[in-house]
Amino acid sequence: MIELILNDRCTACGDCVAACPTRVFDMSAEGPVIARQADCQTCFLCELYCAQDALYVGPGHDPAGEIDAEAVRASGLLGQYRRDSGWGEWADDPRHQDEHWRMGSIFARARTMTGTRGGQKP
Amino acid sequence: METQEFESDVLVIGGGLAGAWSAIAAVRAGARVILADKGYVGTSGVTAAAGPGHWWVPPEARDDAIRQRMDTARGLGEADWMARILDLTWRTLPTLAPYYRFPRDDAGEIQYRSLRGPEYLRALRRMALDLGVRILDHHPALELLKGQDGAVIGAAGVTRPEASPWRARAGAVVLATGGCAFASRLHGSRNNTGDGHLMAAEAGADFSGMEFSAYYTVGPASLPNTRSMLFSFARYLDAAGRELDIPAGERPEPLAEALLKGPVFCSLERTPADIRAIMPSVQPNFMLGFDRAGVDPYSQRFEVTLLGEGTIRGVGGLRVGGVDGRTEVAGLYAAGDVASREPVTGAISGGGAVNSAWALSSGQLAGEAAARFARANPRSSRHRARALGRAGLRPARGAALAEAGDAIATVRDEMNPYDKNLFRSRAGLVASQARLEDSWREISDHGQAEGGRVLSLREAASLIAVARWCVASALSREESRGMHHRLDAPAADDSFARRQRCGGLDRIWTEYERPAAPSRANHSQAA
Repeated sequence: MIELILNDRCTACGDCVAACPTRVFDMSAEGPVIARQADCQTCFLCELYCAQDALYVGPGHDPAGEIDAEAVRASGLLGQYRRDSGWGEWADDPRHQDEHWRMGSIFARARTMTGTRGGQKP
Repeated sequence: METQEFESDVLVIGGGLAGAWSAIAAVRAGARVILADKGYVGTSGVTAAAGPGHWWVPPEARDDAIRQRMDTARGLGEADWMARILDLTWRTLPTLAPYYRFPRDDAGEIQYRSLRGPEYLRALRRMALDLGVRILDHHPALELLKGQDGAVIGAAGVTRPEASPWRARAGAVVLATGGCAFASRLHGSRNNTGDGHLMAAEAGADFSGMEFSAYYTVGPASLPNTRSMLFSFARYLDAAGRELDIPAGERPEPLAEALLKGPVFCSLERTPADIRAIMPSVQPNFMLGFDRAGVDPYSQRFEVTLLGEGTIRGVGGLRVGGVDGRTEVAGLYAAGDVASREPVTGAISGGGAVNSAWALSSGQLAGEAAARFARANPRSSRHRARALGRAGLRPARGAALAEAGDAIATVRDEMNPYDKNLFRSRAGLVASQARLEDSWREISDHGQAEGGRVLSLREAASLIAVARWCVASALSREESRGMHHRLDAPAADDSFARRQRCGGLDRIWTEYERPAAPSRANHSQAA
C-alpha cells in the first residue's frame, strides 16, 4: 500500500496523480498528497511513473502505520521497480534490459525439473 | 454540478488491452473515438500489473494448435474464432514496434509474443493518442444511454475523484471493462468490479458461460503479487513442515484442498540460480513485495493463498454474436474479458496467452464493427437519450442506502472461498444465491449515494449482479466441465456439452443453447 511521498525528492510534476489507476493522490498547493490510501491496490505502478523515485509503496495490503522514512531511503528500494524495468535513465543500461521473453524457457525448465505439465499461464 | 458533454462516433469504455486495441482499430477505420477509463489508460486493468504472453503460433503450426484447443474446449469452442485470433495476433503485434521496444533473444530474433504489462499499455496509449483517439482518464462510466430506436447511443458517468457528472454521446459503444474479480485481492484488479456487465444487462444484453468463473492463481498470502511463473518450481508444505503432494503449476484444486485444511507454505528453493539472478529483468514486479517485506523467497518458506480470478481468467461474460463482438443490443459491442471467451477457450481458462490474444483480437474486431455501425447509422445529437442505470443509482423503492456497506463483503464471502466457488454443490450454491439476492434487493430497492460514494455503491451493485449470474449458471450446469467443478455431479455429462446463456436483473434466467452446428454460417467473414 502507498505509504510515503518523499517531499525533498518530489518535484510536484503530478504524474503520480494522473497515473494512479484508483486515483489515490490529490494535488495540493505543496505537491501531491496521499488522499485516499484505502483505495490503493498496491500495484506499484505509481513508483514506475515517478521519475524522481519519490514514492514508496509498502508490501502489505493494509496501511503499515508508522514508516521510518530514513530506513526506506537507506534500503535501496526507492526506484527499484523503475530501474529493474529499464525506464527513464535506465533504458539503455545493459543490466536492465527486458528479458520477459524468457518466460517460455523458464516454464520449460520447471516442467523438466518437476516432471509436471506445469505453468500453462504466462 | 454542470455536466461535461462529449460526442464521438465510437465510445470505448475501459482502457486496458482490449479497450485500447478497440479504440485504435475504430480510429483507423475512420471514426472519431473517445476512450474513457475508470483509472488511467496505461495502469488500469489487470494487464498493467502482469505480463501478457500471447497465443503466438506461426501459420504452418496453426491447424495443430487449433485442434488441441478444440479438444480442451470440451465441446464449446469454435475453430473459426481460434483461427481468427491467431491470425490477428500474428499480424498485429509487430505493428506496435514504433511504440514498444521488442527485445531480441540470444539468437538475435525479435520477440513479439510476450510483453510486459506497463510497457505494453504505455505503448498502446501513445499509439492511440498519435492516431487521434481522445482519452478520458479517471472517467468511470456508470450507465449506458439508449435512443428512441433502442440502440445504445452513449454513456454517462462521473469523474474521479470529484464525482462531477459527464455524458458522452456516440454512434456506437464498445464495452471493454474487463472481467470481474469479486473483490479478491488479485493483483491489479481493484477496478474490475463488473461495471460493464451490469450496464450491458440494463441495456438488454445477456451472458454466456458465467459458470466458468472459478479460476484461482497462487500467490503469497500477505504480499501483493500474482506473477505465478516461479511457482512452477514450488514445493508446498503444511504448518508442520511436511511436504504436501501438490504438483506445481497444475490446476488449483489440490492446493485449494490443502488450504481448506490449514495454512500452506511454499518453498521456491528449486528455482535455479541463473533464473533467480535474472528475475528482476524478466518480471520486474515479482520481487517488489518480497524485498520490501524482507522475505527471501528462495531460502525462506512463505505462506501462500489462492486469489480468485472470477471472470478475469475465468471465461464467462457478455454473449457476443457473429465475429465482431456485437451484443444483443444495437450499437453495443463487447471485447476482451467482459465478453464471453468460450469461442476460443470453451470451459477452461485460456491462461494468459489465449486470453491476451482474445483481448487484442476481439478488441480490434469490435472497434472496427462499432465504427461501421456508427457510419451506417448517423444520428442527430439532439436525439433523445434515456439513461438506463438502476441498481445503486436509481432505487426502485426509495433511497435508504447510501453506502456499499456489507455488499462487497457478501460478494467476497460467497465468491472467493474455495469450498463455495471452486468446489461447488447445489446446497452451497443455493445458500450463496439467497445471500446475494438479499444484497441485490437492498441495493436495487434502496441504493442511492452522493459524491465519491456514487461510484463505490454502483461498483457494489455490479459485483453483486455478476455474482448472481455466475451462481445461477453454476446451479443449472449439473455436471462438471472444465473449471466448473460440482462435487454433487463430478463427471461431465454429454447432454450438457452446450453453452449456457444467462441474463436478467431482478429475475435471473438461464437457458442452454442448442448443440453447436459443426460449421458456422459466418465462416466466409473470416479475415
